[in-house]
Amino acid sequence: MKLLPAVAGLGLLAATGFTQAADPNLARNLAATCANCHGTNGKAVPGAGLDALNGIDKAKTLQKLADFRSGAKPASIMHQIVKGYTDEQLDLIATYLAAQK
Amino acid sequence: MMLMKRRDFLKAGAAAGALAALYGCAGMGKASGHVVVVGGGYGGATAAKYLRMWSQGGVQVTLVERNPTFVSCPMSNLVVGGTRSMEEITVSYDGLKNTWGVRIIQDDVLAVDPAKRSLRLAKGGELSYDRLVLSPGIEFMWDEIPGLDSTAAQSAILHAWKAGPQTVALRKQLEEMKNGGVYALSIPKAPYRCPPGPYERACLVANYFKQKKPKSKVIILDANEEVVSKKGLFTKAWTDLYKDIVEYRPNSEVKDVDVASKTAILEFDKFKADVLNVVPPHRAGDVATRSGIKLINDRWVDIDWLSMESTSTPGVHVLGDAIFPAPTMPKSGHMANQHGKLAAAAILNLLSGDRPSPTPVLMNTCYSFVDAKNAIHVASVHQYDPATKVVQPVQGAGGVSAARNEIEGKVALGWARNIWADMLT
Ligand SMILES: Cc1cc2nc3c(=O)[nH]c(=O)nc-3n(C[C@H](O)[C@H](O)[C@H](O)COP(=O)(O)OP(=O)(O)OC[C@H]3O[C@@H](n4cnc5c(N)ncnc54)[C@H](O)[C@@H]3O)c2cc1C
Ligand code: HEC
Repeated sequence: MKLLPAVAGLGLLAATGFTQAADPNLARNLAATCANCHGTNGKAVPGAGLDALNGIDKAKTLQKLADFRSGAKPASIMHQIVKGYTDEQLDLIATYLAAQK
Repeated sequence: MMLMKRRDFLKAGAAAGALAALYGCAGMGKASGHVVVVGGGYGGATAAKYLRMWSQGGVQVTLVERNPTFVSCPMSNLVVGGTRSMEEITVSYDGLKNTWGVRIIQDDVLAVDPAKRSLRLAKGGELSYDRLVLSPGIEFMWDEIPGLDSTAAQSAILHAWKAGPQTVALRKQLEEMKNGGVYALSIPKAPYRCPPGPYERACLVANYFKQKKPKSKVIILDANEEVVSKKGLFTKAWTDLYKDIVEYRPNSEVKDVDVASKTAILEFDKFKADVLNVVPPHRAGDVATRSGIKLINDRWVDIDWLSMESTSTPGVHVLGDAIFPAPTMPKSGHMANQHGKLAAAAILNLLSGDRPSPTPVLMNTCYSFVDAKNAIHVASVHQYDPATKVVQPVQGAGGVSAARNEIEGKVALGWARNIWADMLT
């Protein structure tokens, strides 16, 4: 993941690693950025054609996200979205969503 | 967990009053207090729901909205193009009220007094708050197009840039237009609400003409020097699908109109249409510009990206189209929803004496239809940068569709259903 030149090199990854411990709601907040399409807490509207993400094994979700990133899993949009998040952020999101009933 | 209890409770058919009582003594989250949200659109409705959900009912939320129901701008171009109905883009506020315990007041907020932490309602009375969320959307700058500065003019030459009666009226004008007529759409200089929206509208009106009135024309009078969003994809749709219908004219700012003859007046030119659709330049909604809050360029509210709080006025958080956007950030419903969540998280931290999260992330997607079935998207992800104190677009992330396609036409409709549920159910 790379920010535009103006912000390159400020070590966002490191910053994220630090605040992860400091901010107990980070995983919740990050997962909420996916809710516009996948539903509140990953509970997609049934029959609307988008995948629910709640209660899915964390490793499974992370594998799918990695496959979107690499291109192994074909996508209309997810390959572009995953590239905006760090691996740590995706890990937090997948952990949070796995815990949603 | 409280939330589970609440669900079970709901299943058991508990009344809304009992639910509110349960919330009242929840005492789970640390945050408490009263938040007033002005505007039940994409930003405000999201903030209201997430404040209730994330505080597990600990924070009282009052939503003031002038309209009785939510009518979505996204998908409203399908109504203009005649392939969807108003009912399909209208959602009730009952979910916010009954499921989430948001108190809803249908009224107009006249002004805010940030020093007193209160606001004045049109029907009379005041509301006080611990924290205020303003998501009033946009107001048109009628003085920029003098001929439109009257109610009569505004009902003859429509904007349909706020979904509702104007959407229905524009559809009616198009239906009444003769085969061989000219529809002209004027686009203001950026920034304006929904960068791809006007080009989507041009496509969907052209799609209607192609089916029903093939001798007619769509003329795009764009104040910008080129197509502002998804340029390659829109241009391709116009040449592939609407070759003899759509004509695009850049650098064509409409300065005034002659209402009687439906003529758009440009700097050196005039253009007469059968249906003239003028989207005037806009700024933040009146309630934001009349409350002594710091604006940028006299138009948009200056906010702190960690909390969406006004940089000048403590306790007032501003969302959505009303704010001065971060670099490459569009004024979109998707983004307003993300602002709503950022603000809700920050407000709950502030109400419990904590600082807002130092690493907010926002993401955007705008789908646009190019005909009744095929859609295209533009997406971006924005991460907070402590050096510039602004959310900055992540390089290498986001982008546009490879080509128009029917799969994304289905996803776009699914997006709408999910985001409406994320805000309102
Ligand atoms: C034709 C069209 C197509 C679009 N398509 C898309 C799309 O596909 N995807 C996308 O993401 N975005 C799209 N948009 C943009 C999207 O509609 C806006 O960006 C979004 O609505 C902004 O949300 P908001 O909360 O700032 O304002 P709004 O959603 O406009 O909400 C503001 C609310 O505040 C109320 N209000 C204002 N002032 C007061 C007051 N003083 N008292 C009481 N109530 C008040 C209004 O009645 C309104 O309900 C489109 C817009 C248009 C016009
Ligand atoms: C703009 C809508 C949109 C947003 C926002 C979005 N997704 Fe997706 N997601 C999709 C679509 C569409 C697919 C199907 C694959 C494709 O076409 O890209 C998908 C598929 C997925 C899948 C695969 C599901 C399966 O069972 O195959 C996962 C996992 C996923 N998304 C996770 C996420 C996460 C995590 C986020 C937030 C960081 C997110 N998505 C945000 C639209 C979205």
